[in-house]
Amino acid sequence: MAELFTLPVLLGIAFSGIRLATPYLYAALGETFAQRSGVLNLGVDGIMLMGAFSAFFVALNTGSLWLGLAAAAVVGLLMGLLMALVSITFKAEQGISGIGLYMFGLGLSSLLFRTTVGTVKTISGFQPVKLPLLGDLPILGDIFFRHSLLVYGAFLAVPLAWFILERTTWGLKIRAVGQQPAAADSLGVNVTAVRYACTGLGGVLAGIAGASLSIALTNLFQENLTSGQGFIAVALVYFGGWRPLGVLGGALLFSFVNAFQLWMQVLVPEMEADIAVMLPYLLTIAALAVAVNRTRQPAALAKPFERGEA
Amino acid sequence: MPTLTTASSPAPGLTPAPASAIARRVAIQRVAMRGIVKRFPGVLANAGVDFDVNAGEVHALLGENGAGKSTLMRQLYGLYPPDAGEILIDGQPHTFHSPADAIRAGIGMIHQHFMLVPTLTVAENVALGLRSSREPQMDLKVVAARLNTLAEAYGLKVDPGAYIWQLAVGEQQRVEILKALYRGASLIILDEPTAVLTPQEVDGLFATLRRMAGEGHALIFISHKLHEVLAISQRVTVLRDGHVVGERAAGSVGRQELAQLMVGREVKALPAQAVQTGGVRLALEGVRAQGDRGTEGLRGVSLAIHAGEVLGLAGVSGNGQRELAECLAGLRRVSAGRVLLGGRDVTHASPRERLLAGQAYIPEERMRDGAIKNFSVLENLFLHDHAAPNYARWGVLNTNAMRARAAALVQRFNVKTPGLETPLKNLSGGNIQKLILARELSRQPRVLIAAQPTRGVDIGATEYIHQQLLAQRAAGTAILLISEDLDEILALSDRIAVIYEGAIMAVLPRGQATPAALGLLMAGVHGHEAG
Repeated sequence: MAELFTLPVLLGIAFSGIRLATPYLYAALGETFAQRSGVLNLGVDGIMLMGAFSAFFVALNTGSLWLGLAAAAVVGLLMGLLMALVSITFKAEQGISGIGLYMFGLGLSSLLFRTTVGTVKTISGFQPVKLPLLGDLPILGDIFFRHSLLVYGAFLAVPLAWFILERTTWGLKIRAVGQQPAAADSLGVNVTAVRYACTGLGGVLAGIAGASLSIALTNLFQENLTSGQGFIAVALVYFGGWRPLGVLGGALLFSFVNAFQLWMQVLVPEMEADIAVMLPYLLTIAALAVAVNRTRQPAALAKPFERGEA
Repeated sequence: MPTLTTASSPAPGLTPAPASAIARRVAIQRVAMRGIVKRFPGVLANAGVDFDVNAGEVHALLGENGAGKSTLMRQLYGLYPPDAGEILIDGQPHTFHSPADAIRAGIGMIHQHFMLVPTLTVAENVALGLRSSREPQMDLKVVAARLNTLAEAYGLKVDPGAYIWQLAVGEQQRVEILKALYRGASLIILDEPTAVLTPQEVDGLFATLRRMAGEGHALIFISHKLHEVLAISQRVTVLRDGHVVGERAAGSVGRQELAQLMVGREVKALPAQAVQTGGVRLALEGVRAQGDRGTEGLRGVSLAIHAGEVLGLAGVSGNGQRELAECLAGLRRVSAGRVLLGGRDVTHASPRERLLAGQAYIPEERMRDGAIKNFSVLENLFLHDHAAPNYARWGVLNTNAMRARAAALVQRFNVKTPGLETPLKNLSGGNIQKLILARELSRQPRVLIAAQPTRGVDIGATEYIHQQLLAQRAAGTAILLISEDLDEILALSDRIAVIYEGAIMAVLPRGQATPAALGLLMAGVHGHEAG
């Protein structure tokens, strides 16, 4: 146990913690947009799986990681729009349709993987890019500035998402539509269009989250590669109080716990690995029970909008 | 998207800024609706309605709930299309597919239930849906500056940086009007704008409306309050059951005639009755309770209500009325003080114990606290008594006895329903309220808590409910009438208490309670006559 607390190990945990936050961040920021507009998309994990597979498959066959990433974004967009169609246009119960989307993504990605790839293969994914100057800092450079581009992108997306939501006219529409759609509608805001856009954007980001797993972090694809990280991402949106900065805090907390348990599996082999693997999920439940501030929840979350039913 | 001209040189000093230059983009001279027909499943809401309004005029649209006023106006605002008929603006036919179209044509609407986002600021609510001067970023400073100029011009003071949830109802209404003016609305529809205001606030609103009409705005004023209609408008159109039943010049028509047009028969004034009060039935001693926002909702309320008396509780919405009603119903915890029901301490008693002690409760939110919308009329009538020995044996319902009783109640209380099995949600607001009344009053209560008993109820049902309340009073029931409708309070109460920020400002006998005196107390001002 003592070897867990040496400098190299702590550095390793910190480095992995930053790295592993990537899929959580993309997925949870995307879900933040969807939920702020009033759409609860529980299918994030399914979209991530499809994104992960598409990115891996395209990268494997074309050799281009960027094409793979683009494929994940497009597939994510399509799945996001499917969710939007079912829950916004057809006004289905969102809790149920999201689960359906998840099962669809899980099944389809497994099927496609088995029929087209077959066995687990690895590829050479996005490589770490040491940032000039910053990357040479002692300790900090090692932890923060020697990651792949997708990792940097995830962290840059946090202030960007904040800016869009809080400082742009589109963000104002999103916030209004998720809170009081009738008011937005009465001012000529197209509630349906805003919700479609946010759910679609959420899909794109979930697709990229999946791609970050398969072509940047693990560099492989296997069935159920995400093992529920999409659900944690949905929980992180609640945990973060529907705010990008809160989502960042939550994502880091979870990824650090995740990094810690990975190292524990290596360094404390006498402990059952399954117990370590359970840690992030236990933390999800505990965090949701304690930390969620419901007053910040968008008032129209998961409620389809019908004109004249204000 | 509207392009708004800024007030480049606001007039200084006493002369108000030329508001028309700031806000008016589309100068409408005349809007006419011709032969408007609108059907909803099972209802003909508008049966060929003609209606018009001119610049510089306030045209009142009068009618009972369900007469088709809001439906007509919602079509003018693009919320839904007419099945037949046309809308002409300055002679040109227009088709509105959404409010955005109506806004572009220069039409604004102040909805009865405000269309504001509580978690956004005033400026954000105003800017919502408009292009900013520095897209894609918001330009809230520019919005706030224009807003202040407009507010100055029309006497609509409001802080652009305040969040809507922090504002009082009257201020929220000012934001709604500013929203329409900011968008350059030339015609503004006001749907029941006075329902939530104190008499002084109504005066302020009327001053603003006169100013707007003077500026050349066309205003449509929807109401069912006759004296307000006569005070503010030049023309009155009366709707009944989807038809226009009359159009009159406000100067040449009396209240009685309008009331008759509206209801379709003569309206009886309530008979004055001698007061015969008995002992104290319900007493509150220094009752305190938490409000919904975490602040203290009730701050030491003391009241005594006697047998055979109606104590009216007046106040502007949100000053503790809801908390008080819920404390008395056993739905909210009393944090300090005592509640005595017939001398017995019931401060922490459950709703059922209070029921059994002879208290009846007509809740403010009838669809949330008073009835179950997917249950039938019959089931809703038996929400209390389903386990009483007459109607159930060993837990098995005696449906025959229940049906007989329900049929009798429906008839006695004049509930209009297709049948006892009809789901409650298919009934009108007035009939649902009559059903709740039937359930509560047939218990022969000793104490009755009636919260907003006629809100959203048509005149006919209101009249009926008032008669029933007075009949209860005559039978010796102690009644606490909580209402935001001052006319109702004045018509029914023997004594009137005014609540402000969770405390009782004063209790006045009916003779001393003038609307002006009550209005000041409702605004938190202690007058010397309040003693």
